[in-house]
Amino acid sequence: MNERENIFKRIREALKAPAHSLAGGLPTVAEQRGVMPAVSSEHEAQMALFHANSAELRAHIVLVADMRDLETKMAALRDEEGWKKVAAHVGDLSITTAQSLGLPVLITHPGFDKEELATCDAGITECDALVAQTGSVLVTSRSAGGRALSCLPPHHVIIARREQLVADLPTAFEQLVQKYGGNYPSMISFITGPSRTGDIERILVLGAHGPKHLTIFMV
Amino acid sequence: MTSPASQFTTDAGRVAPDLRHRGIIQAAMGKYETVRDQRKKWFQDWEGARNLAARTKFEAVNHLDRYLEEFVSKLEARGTKVHWASTSAQAREIIFSILREKDAKVVVKSKAMTSEEIHLNAAMAEAGYEVVESDLGEFIVQLREEAPYHLVFPAMHLTRGDIKETFEDKLHITSSDNPEDLTMVARRVLREKYLQADVGITGANFAVAETGMISITENEGNARLTAALPKTMITLVGIEKVLPRITDLALFLPMLAVMGTGQALTCYNTMYGGPRQADEADGPEEFHVVLLDNHRTSLLADAEQRDALGCIRCGACLNVCPIFKNIGGHTYSTTYGGPIGSVITPHLRGLTQWKHLSDASSLCGACTETCPVKIDLHHHLLQNRRNGAKLKPSLFQKTAFKLFAPVANVRVLWSLTTQLSRIGMKVRGLVNGSIIDPAHAWTKTRELPPIAPQSFREWWKERQ
Repeated sequence: MNERENIFKRIREALKAPAHSLAGGLPTVAEQRGVMPAVSSEHEAQMALFHANSAELRAHIVLVADMRDLETKMAALRDEEGWKKVAAHVGDLSITTAQSLGLPVLITHPGFDKEELATCDAGITECDALVAQTGSVLVTSRSAGGRALSCLPPHHVIIARREQLVADLPTAFEQLVQKYGGNYPSMISFITGPSRTGDIERILVLGAHGPKHLTIFMV
Repeated sequence: MTSPASQFTTDAGRVAPDLRHRGIIQAAMGKYETVRDQRKKWFQDWEGARNLAARTKFEAVNHLDRYLEEFVSKLEARGTKVHWASTSAQAREIIFSILREKDAKVVVKSKAMTSEEIHLNAAMAEAGYEVVESDLGEFIVQLREEAPYHLVFPAMHLTRGDIKETFEDKLHITSSDNPEDLTMVARRVLREKYLQADVGITGANFAVAETGMISITENEGNARLTAALPKTMITLVGIEKVLPRITDLALFLPMLAVMGTGQALTCYNTMYGGPRQADEADGPEEFHVVLLDNHRTSLLADAEQRDALGCIRCGACLNVCPIFKNIGGHTYSTTYGGPIGSVITPHLRGLTQWKHLSDASSLCGACTETCPVKIDLHHHLLQNRRNGAKLKPSLFQKTAFKLFAPVANVRVLWSLTTQLSRIGMKVRGLVNGSIIDPAHAWTKTRELPPIAPQSFREWWKERQ
């Protein structure tokens, strides 16, 4: 408690000397949008932008017509990659799809075994939003089965609904405030492509620590 | 013991003519510059974005007390333990007391410049903890027992061959020198550590006052695992990192990515507002946030240079700095290198010992021009020179200016001196570059520009 007071005392003392003023105050969201990368207001154009951004990021998008189609296409991915075990969380879309694969499914209930999660070939989650502007997927510890499920397995599979697509980052943040304001999940993450590093000679390598593959199923 | 200034001169003299170093840095910077410029054009109005970012940071820094208070009360309300450290020693002690209480043995860390600042790794290793850096670049320099070379690219100075050798020497793992193979070696080694670690330590890029969250920007997913797997999470963050509102991140996250690595958005931008909540599957049981002052309040007290607290540690000013590119990141011997490091280190560690950093600048202003939050960097370098001269003028400078002043102030003496210099230059030309050249310190590596054959006055007289 003592150091807290000391630090505040020094801050207040320091701020007595006024700085050169910088007019304007905190920017409005409209001002932010005015300078940031432009995004069309048309849904189709936003969808095209999300596709283009995902391709550049090397995330894969799979469009599916309905739940049946989702299960068929997910099974194709299972066979292609030879999954032996997957992990998922309890959610409308994620759990039934995971269970339809006919593989052992680890469900991330509170207290699940993280060592077991490390042996799963894919983590299947839902999300809060998709961001056209940047190709990002917004997940939280509440919407995507905790913190590790979307990060520890080598393949992160997201099941999203098309209407979850939003235009830009300011919209995604506004939506977060509206949805959770006052009771936020303890983790909120914008995931923009599979895990990557450029730490060796600035050469891009995917799958540094997090998932090597990111697949987004859009229902 | 050699002073930081003479160490700096020696190291700079060694690195600047090193062509291998130059080649590595130029290759890395060239790639960065291309993508950064593409991304700047992606913004509708990059200059406008810089203005908004500067305004946001101005508001945050100039009301630091209010926003810090809000940040902390929101954090504490959701079960986070907040600690305050005025000094490096206090910060280390706070972290050690948590490690002792948790009976920790293995600690996994994600990249945190604040932890470099308080020399945490060395202290933890000495106390017998196994500390593992998980960011790939940090992991490599930790194995080599080096400091990070750059704020954003810690292993920028190394080639794939160097890294292959490091892995062979230190991990006894043989791999090809393919960057993908090398990355997979680190992934395998570190995976095991994550599952063993008792405590995870992170830094933070932003602290959101409105919602009581820290925000971490990273590409690898190492910080996400650090915040997901160990039972205890500690975040060490400077008190100046506050942003007023969560929506401010909508602007700052892409700007940091563009300037830091030339990406549109860094792979993971993650906000943490507490330990695992009752309805959540996993996450740490305890979340500790250690707020570090360590002389940031002295910088705050300097109204002239206060804007330097707005720094988001993107590294953009290092990347454009001709000095940084020539002398390299290690020559600074500071936690924060490049222009921003030269500006703030005298505040963090004392002007007398660190004013030489501000002399090592061409004052070209490239840093100021690129800074996403518009810190007036090159003017601050000048102010540091002024403050340094006031504090303790060097004997050489004092004598030089004492001699210069009367000569420059008396017309006849000035003309005489320039005429004598012209003769002197001709004579010196005979020994140019050799050891007996009076200007040897300069001419051993560079050409000395000749004095004009005619003064302006002489030229003017001739024309009349």
